[in-house]
Parts: sequence; structure tokens; C-alpha cells
Amino acid sequence: MAVKSLIKYEVERDPAFARWVTGVIGGERIRNCIQCGMCSASCPLSPYMDLTPRRLIHMAREGFKRDVLESFTIWLCTSCYSCTVECPRRIRVTDVMYALKRRAIEDGVYPRRFPIPVLASEFGAMIRRNGRVTESWLVMRVFLKTAILRLLGMSKLGTKLFLTGRMEIVPATIKGRKQLQTLLDDVEAHKKEVAA
Amino acid sequence: MKRYLYYPGCSLRGTGKAYEESLLAVFKALDVELEELEDWNCCGATAYMSIDEVSSFALAGRNLAMAEKKNLDLLAPCSACFLVLNKAQRYIKEYPKVAQTLEHGFKAAGLEYHGTAKVRHPLDVLINDIGLERIKACIKKPLTGLKVAPYYGCQIVRPYATFDLMYYPVTMDKLLRAVGAEVVDYPLKTRCCGGSQKGTLPEVGLSLIHILLKEARRREAQVISTICPLCQFNLDAFQDEASKKYGEISMPVVYFTQLLGLAFGFSAKELGLERNIVAAKQMLAKFAPAAA
Amino acid sequence: MNGSNGDLRIGVYVCDCGTNIAATVDVKAVAEYAATLPGVVVAREYKYMCSDPGQELIRQDIEEHKLNRVVVASCSPLLHEETFRGAVSKGGLNPFCFQMVNIREHDSWVHQDHAKATEKARALVRAAVRRVALHKPLVKKRVPIDPNVLIVGGGIAGIHAALTLANAGKHVYLVEREPTIGGNMAKFDKTFPTLDCAACILTPKMTAVKKHPNITLWTLSEVTQVQGYVGNFEVSVTRHPRYINEDLCVGCLECIEGCVYKQAKVPDEFNLGLGKRKPIYISFPQAVPQIPVIDRETCIEFKSGRCKKTCIEACGDRHAVDLKQQPKLETVKVGAIILATGYQPFDARKVPDYGYGVYPNVYTAPEVERLINASGPTGGEVILRDGRKPEAIGIIHCVGSRDENTNKWCSRVCCMYSLKLAHLLKERTGAEVYNFYIDMRAPGKAYEEFYHKLLEEGVHMIRGRVAEVTDWPMTKEEEGKLIMRAEDTLISFVRRVPVDMVVLSVGLVPHADAKDVRRLFNISCSTEGWFLERHPKLAPVNTFTDGIFIAGACQAPKDIPDAVGQAGSAAAEAMVLIDTGYVEMEPNTAYIVEEECSGCKTCVPLCPYSAISFLEDKKVAQINEVVCKGCGTCVAACPSGTIRQNLFEDEEIFEEIQGVLA
Repeated sequence: MAVKSLIKYEVERDPAFARWVTGVIGGERIRNCIQCGMCSASCPLSPYMDLTPRRLIHMAREGFKRDVLESFTIWLCTSCYSCTVECPRRIRVTDVMYALKRRAIEDGVYPRRFPIPVLASEFGAMIRRNGRVTESWLVMRVFLKTAILRLLGMSKLGTKLFLTGRMEIVPATIKGRKQLQTLLDDVEAHKKEVAA
Repeated sequence: MKRYLYYPGCSLRGTGKAYEESLLAVFKALDVELEELEDWNCCGATAYMSIDEVSSFALAGRNLAMAEKKNLDLLAPCSACFLVLNKAQRYIKEYPKVAQTLEHGFKAAGLEYHGTAKVRHPLDVLINDIGLERIKACIKKPLTGLKVAPYYGCQIVRPYATFDLMYYPVTMDKLLRAVGAEVVDYPLKTRCCGGSQKGTLPEVGLSLIHILLKEARRREAQVISTICPLCQFNLDAFQDEASKKYGEISMPVVYFTQLLGLAFGFSAKELGLERNIVAAKQMLAKFAPAAA
Repeated sequence: MNGSNGDLRIGVYVCDCGTNIAATVDVKAVAEYAATLPGVVVAREYKYMCSDPGQELIRQDIEEHKLNRVVVASCSPLLHEETFRGAVSKGGLNPFCFQMVNIREHDSWVHQDHAKATEKARALVRAAVRRVALHKPLVKKRVPIDPNVLIVGGGIAGIHAALTLANAGKHVYLVEREPTIGGNMAKFDKTFPTLDCAACILTPKMTAVKKHPNITLWTLSEVTQVQGYVGNFEVSVTRHPRYINEDLCVGCLECIEGCVYKQAKVPDEFNLGLGKRKPIYISFPQAVPQIPVIDRETCIEFKSGRCKKTCIEACGDRHAVDLKQQPKLETVKVGAIILATGYQPFDARKVPDYGYGVYPNVYTAPEVERLINASGPTGGEVILRDGRKPEAIGIIHCVGSRDENTNKWCSRVCCMYSLKLAHLLKERTGAEVYNFYIDMRAPGKAYEEFYHKLLEEGVHMIRGRVAEVTDWPMTKEEEGKLIMRAEDTLISFVRRVPVDMVVLSVGLVPHADAKDVRRLFNISCSTEGWFLERHPKLAPVNTFTDGIFIAGACQAPKDIPDAVGQAGSAAAEAMVLIDTGYVEMEPNTAYIVEEECSGCKTCVPLCPYSAISFLEDKKVAQINEVVCKGCGTCVAACPSGTIRQNLFEDEEIFEEIQGVLA
């Protein structure tokens, strides 16, 4: 039996991270959280989370960065917004989850072949390239990068989708690709200037 | 003759093809013209928000800027697109820093954004703009006796419930009743189907899907009616897996526009009813001969 | 010391205030400077002006140096203006020939540069000296107080205030809108933490009210108009007809027995719709007065005119039933008014995810009080709407409280009453009881101990707000039950708890018409809708309108001991007015120079205290100086400058400004 000490020391807190969380869009009222647990109670995914949303919020505002970014929780969120509409303090928990996802990707804190961040980045890359997403190609790329074997297991479903004409073969593109790229590049460059 | 701009979204060209087919058929029958927004780009859905927040608003913003020019309401049938476009519009208004960054970007890309576009949902348009009377007038054969579980999913009522109630929406119920169907009381009508989790965390996703299917059967529904392409896909494509893990379950899952279309007398093929993974055509043919 | 300037003989006193002022301002220098100002004959520095010797200094100097104006430069007027006016008065000088300068809160306490602070003090003193030269003697008006008191609201607070005043020999009009007094407390089963039966402790007080010779009790009555001002209110009360003559009725209740409706059919308001009553009814067995009411909405005779009227027959030769009774208008003159109108429970339909009104076995706490009460619709048996007896009960705290989506405040009593209901329900049914709370608030006397008693009884305490009450099952055991989903935050696990009965601990909200009532009495409401007290800490029963007091839950959610405490306090405040016999009005009121008034009526609607009226015959406006609070709005608004204000004349203000800028 591997016994571990779970005590938390003050030096583990990252006050800069705590401050950052209160500054993200949706996290403005995170200090007002009364830990009622409504977010966890309304979240359909919470039974599967290692840190329930409520617990994550308190960890985040206290600055326990490692625990927060390494948690399973942020990746399980499907953005159904149940937490956001229920919160008696009007904290936009979903937006905070998104921010934590982005921060985790930025800091590189997630298992290498973890499908969710890979899905997000492939999705984004495809939009930048083509302006639209072709589901079949997206799924293929994600599975190739994360779980090739599962892709084989999905072949039955894939065949059904193909036969029912629900599989787009030709990658969808837009004419205004350049315009979109200009827009995205400019926003990337300038948001760093405007960021608090 | 009503006209709307039409934003199909990436899914309606792929797994959600039947949604587009049935939507176009129904709107045509109701004498509503849909003009596809020219050169629309992907809205980013939930995925782009995980990469970059302001950029995701920019994606939506390009579409909104183009739609503004046309001075017509923009119809967005896919729930994710509907939410993202609306949310972007609100956040650009609410957060000056976001508006500032985007203003610069729009300028660089030669776009003009004023935040005046109106993004609408088909349920909203059908109930409020077209009206139940006109819909009833188009019925060729009412779906009498068909028990439907109405499934709305999350993103058209949360976090913004603009045209329906947040906790217990009723617009789809009203439409289905208007075409003669019996709508069962389905308290899970806004519970999350798991979104893309079935692909990334299969067990979790399957559990959420199964909860919805099981309860629909327990309420004695014969078919589940959906409004979101991802919900439809989730509920439709994994019933085999669910049966293996949880016990036999088989329930046809269709789009509400397909049910409306059936009542209007369209054939199964016209409504994309042959695209369902779990066969729906045969069961529905008992209520709507046109489906045969 | 400089010679005097004509008739002016000004005395200036600059206070050290220990080190509060002296540490930053060179008080000696300021006093020396003051001595050089025109009109000043005496200028002193002193350590503590507010002390007895300090005040004595002023008194002496007025006598000795024949001063006719006084300036004191010290702390805030809020603190000591009255003190120094008193000292000036003792010296034989009119207290309004005095001006106070704040060189503490406005100077020494907010600046660090000594030189600049001293310069500022000099400027302020200079300004005051110039101003005070123009002050005129003013007299505080005295207004007599009518010795009667009006109390609006016959709940526990209103009843207690009424008895206290009546026992002190004052005459009280107690006006209650329901057919009986008792308010919300009469509907409770037991009270926390003693578990006293609510009716048992309340009804003796109710009968005392009825019997008391000094209390005029009007039930089924409402105040419709309030005119006048402190000590002299004229109140119109409409007494709605109960169709029973109160003087002839003996309270035998035979008319109810004799009603053509053999079975009760109308939803019973007192039992919150859980039970039924007849069109002729009495709210509850111990109602005061013990006189039935006929509800004209459901009475056959009123609806169709074709009833056998067996009620009249049953009444016999007492002839108390009077179907032709008309509303009666009463007008009373009172000196003080106490508002004790209480609260209403939060409407649980506003929280759709708890299923109130959708699932039959979801109850609000007030409904449960009736259910477990022996004189309730089920005789005290816990029988659910669908006929079952519950084996598991869930109680949700904070419904409609502590929530930005409904009400931000904490309703203060719900944790305690939730524990009380947990205890009573468990005792009555033996069911598993679960309390879902966010924080356990047990601040009162013996409240924490009550909480521990509950813990010992094995009630499940789950710290987590319930997200939804649903009827779809995940497991076989959940079928046929209501499922409550919450995160048990103490163990960080999400739990699904199947129950048969859900109790919603609804919060307290202001009455729906609180905003209209407050306008009737010319008091304020806070943003949440509760009546506004003058000061939340030091004057919780006073309002900003003199002569009107508030007591009980109408001011903010509170429990019975606090309501009773406030009722006694409000009664005492009313007694102060009445026993003093008069009230003195501050003279800094606005006045209209009648000859200059053009009758434009600009000022009339502007007054927040409704003190300005328009005289139709003279076509000029008139200010009631007793009601005027000297806010200055009309003074500023008058287009011709006809309205002026005592103690704030234009010349006085301009001199002060000139003094500062000089």
C-alpha cells in the first residue's frame, strides 16, 4: 500500500495564477463563490471528475495551479452550461473551464496522446487551413495521432456513415481563406497588446 | 414570402445531412426562402474556444459581419453554431477589450462589424414568425398516435434562453403537437448528450447517451426528436454499443424537421430518413405512409 | 485682540482635540489668526472644547464679553453641534447664532502636510467667521403630539407593540388586513429552538389584544390614506365587510355548520390550499376576533342570489349575519404609527428545477407547517398529496435566498426552521430525513445546541445545494421516487438521493405591495424592497419619516425573538413621542416669500416629503415647516429664488465661499 502525505503547504500556492483566474472572461466573480456545490450537482459529467467543479474553483482561486491544470475535470467539460445558469453567484464556470483548457494547452500540461486537446488543435488547424471543418478528415487525424487502434474499431460505424451518405469526402473549403487568415493573424498579434 | 439568410454549419454537410435536407424541404413547403450566407466559415463550435477565446469570437464575427450587410435574419439550425454566433455577439458588446481587438482585426481583413445581425433558430422562426396556423395548413397527414420524446439538448436554451423556457422548453413540443404527434413528458429534454466526449472518452460518452435513450423508452416514446446534429449522431450511432453494455435498446432518433416533413407529405428519401443508423423509416411509415 | 466691528462680537474657539487636531494643525496659530479677523473679540485655543470646562468657557465668555456670535473649530457637527448649541444657549445666546467648523474630519484627519493643514484651518475659520456674522436668531418650533398610536399589521410584532403601548395607558388602533390577527406565526406548528407550540404561545397574546380596553382592533381592514406629520397624522382606514355584524356575533360558529355546503369545497387560504373551507368560514379555531367571514367570491347568495341562506337560519335570534353589510370608512388621528406588516414566503415556482407545482409531493416549508399541525388539513398526519406516507424526506435550504438569480440575501430563519421541520418530520414519520444546506446558520440563543440535538437524531446533513429534483431513475431503487442530486461537498462526491417528499425551505421576501404601502406612509424601501430603517445598527426601528416606526420582518428577515424585541423598541419610541407631548423641529427649513411667488408650481412636486402645497385662492405655494426637512431641493429649483432656507441663506453661503477663497 503506497501511503502519501497529501498536506498542502503555502509555498505550493501560485498567487499569480490565482490572480490570473479572477481576470479571465467569466472568472470575474470567482472570489464570491460560496462553495455551495450547485455546479457539481448540475454537471452531468461530475461523477467522472477527479476534482468536482466546485472543488476546482476553490483550488483555482487559492492558486493551486498544478492540481488544477493537471486535473481531468477541465477536459471532461462538454460546455453544456448547466453550471453557469445554476450558479447563485453568477460565476460563468463554463468560461472558466475554457480558460483553464487554454492555459493547460499553453503550458503543455496534459498527457501526450490525450485526445481532447489534440481534437481542439486539429479542429483549429483545419479551420485556419480551409475555413471549414470536414468531420471525417478531422476524426481521422485525431485518432491517427492519439489512438490508431480505436480507429480500426470504429470502422463499422465509419462504413455505416459512408453508406448512408453522412460522410463528407471532399474537404470543405471557403473562398475567403486568405481573408480569414488575415483576420486571425491580426487578432492573435493584437490581443497580446490589449491583454490585461 | 419570408426570406432568411441560412447558415448551415459544417455538420449539416456531413453527419447532419438529413437535417439540412428536411429543413429545406419543410421551409420550402411553408413558402420561406432560405439564402445561404455566401462563403460562410466554420463557427469554431466548442473546440476553437479551447485554443483561443478572442479568435473564436473573430470566426463568428466574420460570419456576423457578412450577414449584417444583407439585412436579413440569419437562421442557424445547428445548436453549437446558434450558441457561438449569439455568444460572440454578446461578448463583443460586453467586453471592450474584446471589441477593441476585433475591431482592429476586422479592419485588417476588410470587414465591417456593427453587431446588428440577428441570429435565429428554426424553432423560433417556425413558432413566432411563421406560426402554428400556417404549419397546420400544410399538413397532408397528421402523425396521430406517434409518441415522441422531444430532446432539445443544451445549447439552445443555455446559457441564453431567448425564445423558449430554459428549464423546460416547449417550442418543439408545440410544433410536434401541431402536426398531430403525441409528445411524452421527457424531463431529460435538456440534459447534455455528452457532445464530443463519445469520441474522446468513450465510456463517459456512452453512459450519458444511454441515460437519454433509456428514459425515452421508459416514457414509452417510439421516437426521439432532436434539433442538434451532434445530439442526433450521438443518440443514433451508438445504440449497438449501448445494447452490449447496458442491455437491449433500440430507438429511432430523427430531426424534428423530418417529422414535420412527414406530416407535410414528403417521402423518406426527400427527408433524409434513409440516412439513420437506427432504422426509422419503417416504424414511421406506420404513421406517415409517405415514408414508405 | 481686535476691536469689534459695529455690533458684532464674535467668539472663536479652536480645539486641540487632544492630539487629533493639534498633531497636524497648529491650533495656537489658528486661534491667533482668528483674533485678527473683523468682528472677533475673543479667540481661544483649548484642549477639549466638548468637555464641561470647555463648554463652560463659552458660557462664561458670552456673559463676560457680551458675545453675540460664536464659532467653534473642532470635530464634525454630527458629533457635537448639539453640544455646542447647548453651551451657547446656556450662555443666554440664541443657539443658531453659532457656526461649527470641522477641522478634524475635514482637515487634520485627512492631510499630512502640517503647514498646508494649518493654512486650510485658517481658511475654514475665516469662512465661518464671515458666515456667522449673517446668522439670524432662529427658534425651534414645537408641535404637540396626539396621544393615540396606529399599528399596521397584526402579526406577533404588531400584537406585542400594541399590548406594550396599551399597557402603558396609550390608546392603540390595530389594523390588520386578514380576518384574524396572528400573522405568519399563527400558521406555524412549533417554534424553534424550544419547540413550543406556536398557537399556544401566541393565542394568549391574541386574546389579550381582544380584551384590552385600550386597543381598538379592526381586522379585514386596510389603511387607504395617510396625511399629516409627526404627532398629527390623519389616517383613513377602510373596514371591508365580513357580512357578519361584529357587535351581534357571539362566536358560536353555528352559521358555518349550517351552510348549505355540507362539505368544504373552497381551497383554504390559511392552510395554503392544502385543505378546504366553506364560503362562510373562520381562518382557524383560535382566530381573533372569533367572528366568521363570508367570502363573496364563492358564496352562492352573492353569486346567484338564490341561496336558502341556512346560515341566517342557524344564527337564529342573534341576527348577526348581514349580507348587505357595506365597507366602512374610518378616519383616525394618531401621533405615531408603527408598521409591522411582516413578510411573505418566497414563491417556489420561481425555481423551476425543484419541481414545485409539477411534482405533487414537493412542498414548501409553510405548507409542511400546516401538514404537521394538529389543526391542519390532515390532522397532523404526514400524508402526501398522492395519499402516501413518506419513507424518505429531503429538505432543501436556501430556496430563493443567497442567490443572484432570485434574492441575494440570507433569510436568516430557514436553517433553524429546516432543522425544526427535520426533527418534527422524523418524529412524526420515522422517515430518513436529509437536510441539504450550504452553511448552517444557527446564531441565536440555544440555536447551536438545537443543531446538535438534530445531529444526535441521525438526520443526514448534506452540505450541498441541490441542483435538481427529478423523477427519472438511474437504478431500480430510484423508481417511483423523487431524486435529489447534489454534491456532498464535505466528502466531495456527487450524490443522488431518492426521496418520497421534498420540502423547500423558502426564504422571506417583502410583501408584494410593500412598495405601495411605503408610498402610502411616505417612508423608504431598500433596494431589496424591505422598509428602510434610519440606521441599520443604531436606529433599526426608526424611519426617515419622523413619527413612523417599523418593527418585525417588514424591516428585514428575522426570527420571532428579534421581531418581539423590535416591537417593544418601536413601542418605546412611540411612547417617547407621546410622553414628551411635543416634538421640536429643526429650524433649517425652507420658506417662501409669499409676495415674490409667481405660482409656477415648480417646487410642489419636487418635495420628497410632500411638504409643499399650492394655495388655490392665493395662487402661491406654501411650505409646511413642520414636515420640511431642509433638504434644499425646492430652494435650488425655484426659478425666481423666492424660496429661501433658514440657516442656509444665499448670502450666508456666499460669505462662506468668499471666506475660503480670500
